[in-house]
Amino acid sequence: MTDATSGALPGPGIDKDRRTWIAITCGAGAIGGVAVAVPFVSTLAPSERARAAGAPVQVDISGIQPGEKLTVEWRGKPVWILRRTPEQLATLKTLDPLLADPNSERKQYPTPDYARNPHRSIKPEYFVGVGICSHLGCSPSDKLTPGPQPSLPDDWLGGFLCPCHGSTFDVAGRVFKNKPAPDNLEVPPHMYLSDTVLLIGEDKKA
Amino acid sequence: MAEFKEAPAGAPAAAQVTTWLQNRFPTAFDAYKVHMSEYYAPKNFNFWYFFGSLALLVLVIQIVTGIFLVMHYKPDAAKAFASVEYIMRDVPWGWLVRYMHSTGASAFFIVVYLHMWRGMIYGSYKKPRELIWIFGCAIFLCLMAEAFMGYLLPWGQMSYWGAQVIINLFAAIPFIGPDLSLLIRGDYVVGDATLNRFFAFHVIAVPLVLLGLVVAHLLALHDVGSNNPDGVEIKAKKDPKTGIPLDGVPFHPYHTVHDIVGVSVFLMIFTAIVFFMPEVGGYFLEYNNFIPADPLQTPAHIAPVWYFTPYYSMLRAVTDPMVNVFAVVVALAAVLAVLKGGLAGKWKAAVLVAALVVIAALKIFDAKFWGVVVMGVAVLIMFPLPWLDRSPVKSIRYRPGWNKWLYGIFVLNFFVLGYLGIKPPSDIGTLVSQIGTLFYFGFFLLMPWWSRIGEFKAVPDRVTFHAH
Repeated sequence: MTDATSGALPGPGIDKDRRTWIAITCGAGAIGGVAVAVPFVSTLAPSERARAAGAPVQVDISGIQPGEKLTVEWRGKPVWILRRTPEQLATLKTLDPLLADPNSERKQYPTPDYARNPHRSIKPEYFVGVGICSHLGCSPSDKLTPGPQPSLPDDWLGGFLCPCHGSTFDVAGRVFKNKPAPDNLEVPPHMYLSDTVLLIGEDKKA
Repeated sequence: MAEFKEAPAGAPAAAQVTTWLQNRFPTAFDAYKVHMSEYYAPKNFNFWYFFGSLALLVLVIQIVTGIFLVMHYKPDAAKAFASVEYIMRDVPWGWLVRYMHSTGASAFFIVVYLHMWRGMIYGSYKKPRELIWIFGCAIFLCLMAEAFMGYLLPWGQMSYWGAQVIINLFAAIPFIGPDLSLLIRGDYVVGDATLNRFFAFHVIAVPLVLLGLVVAHLLALHDVGSNNPDGVEIKAKKDPKTGIPLDGVPFHPYHTVHDIVGVSVFLMIFTAIVFFMPEVGGYFLEYNNFIPADPLQTPAHIAPVWYFTPYYSMLRAVTDPMVNVFAVVVALAAVLAVLKGGLAGKWKAAVLVAALVVIAALKIFDAKFWGVVVMGVAVLIMFPLPWLDRSPVKSIRYRPGWNKWLYGIFVLNFFVLGYLGIKPPSDIGTLVSQIGTLFYFGFFLLMPWWSRIGEFKAVPDRVTFHAH
């Protein structure tokens, strides 16, 4: 290799015009590269078919006994319908100081207005919520029996425990303080078509 | 450009063929010399030096078994689980190929963790081998991606919910997180689109990157030469006549034959697992993964496969009180830097402002996000190790005696974190993993300080070697 071709530093033999053109072509090439990347990255987004899926789901809730929970699928997610007993509803009032967001004021998963009340539901008896933990998306397990049990405090009043990272929720899906999950369980848009038929995925606003 | 040579008249056919090839593909002959017959590696390699070649062996096992699995596997949410069972039950010897692949995944991490540990105790990452270490860390990252995406493919309960959790980690990133996780999943929940793209990444994209990095790792290694248990540069003492390091022996045949011993022992253990306990009590193959994925029901206890659990523990350790501990640590570090750091006035101000910004960020964003940050940084913190370690010597043999205890506790801590990551969450477990997390980060972040103190022993001129 001779000195003329090894030039790491611009010397007197450098043609500045050519350097400018090299810079311009490199820049143009890079823009082209980015432009080509756009369609490739775009293919990763949800397809039209995935977007179209997610129609509202109708559920007949007449068969649920007090204390029972029904799980239905809406947009691929589990939606719970829990018919709470009067004892379970009574626990809600005592828990406020232990909860991260007792009045559902956080905006990450906005609670619809009709559920922003102490029982977080349209009818106090029926809780309708998406059974997906706001931490990392696991589905919490039912821990509706009060009393001491593994992974739960000894004065447990009944609710849900996320098996992944130990977040706990009360029977209104409100998250307890100092747990990994920051938000209460999401309340999906829903409305009652009749006394016993629930529509999940749509409410009167829409 | 090599000269065109002619084989002598009447030479044997083999010599003629060799000459014919040498004239047309001299690169192969040069490469054999550079990387095998004339690559001089230290003669005092010990047990710990088996794991580099073993990692290469496991890579080959994974690629070969992977190719044969792809011939029968269906990357389709409706068919994936059944196709894996089909491989296990109906494909002749399919169970063997699949168990080799699943055992190979765990073996890969065992071998690579031991390989990284070797680098840590003998200071193999120190100058001039920083880039080898960085390529290695990048390989480790690729391996984690490869393992994670491969784990989705059987479409069992653990596949599904494991992927759900890890993809939701990205959703914790402020502002762009939710869109990013949507882009990774390709759907609003983990589904067929996710399975298909993970398959593409697992069998094509990541392996290509992995192979490129392995080549870079080895080329850079052979450029600067291997370190050894004494941390002595063998190139410093060369035979004046030949220019060959006095403490080096040709990689082939000396180390190749040596490595065959390691390979034999490894294969005994590997095949014993493949044939007699491929599930390893639920650690290599989790029992819940023999249940097809059910998007409506998370298994009662979910945990990642063992090789991710130390990092998973650190993720779980970050609760709101832990974020407050972080804020206090940052504040203390800033005060200490200002008082003892010997910084100029304007740098003092910069440190204080930076600390305030970090503390504000800690309080503004959720603990969930910081858990993700901690988990990510726990892996990425390996990259700057060459610059965190300020010890004047490489090998632990010549570092102060208490360093051995410190490194010992580091490993113990890693095991404890790993164990806790397998267990269901508990209050005492969370507390221990929080202490463990602080120790893990303290080990690395305080390394510029502790690696300089203490009584260092004299490093010999030549490697310690006793012929046997």
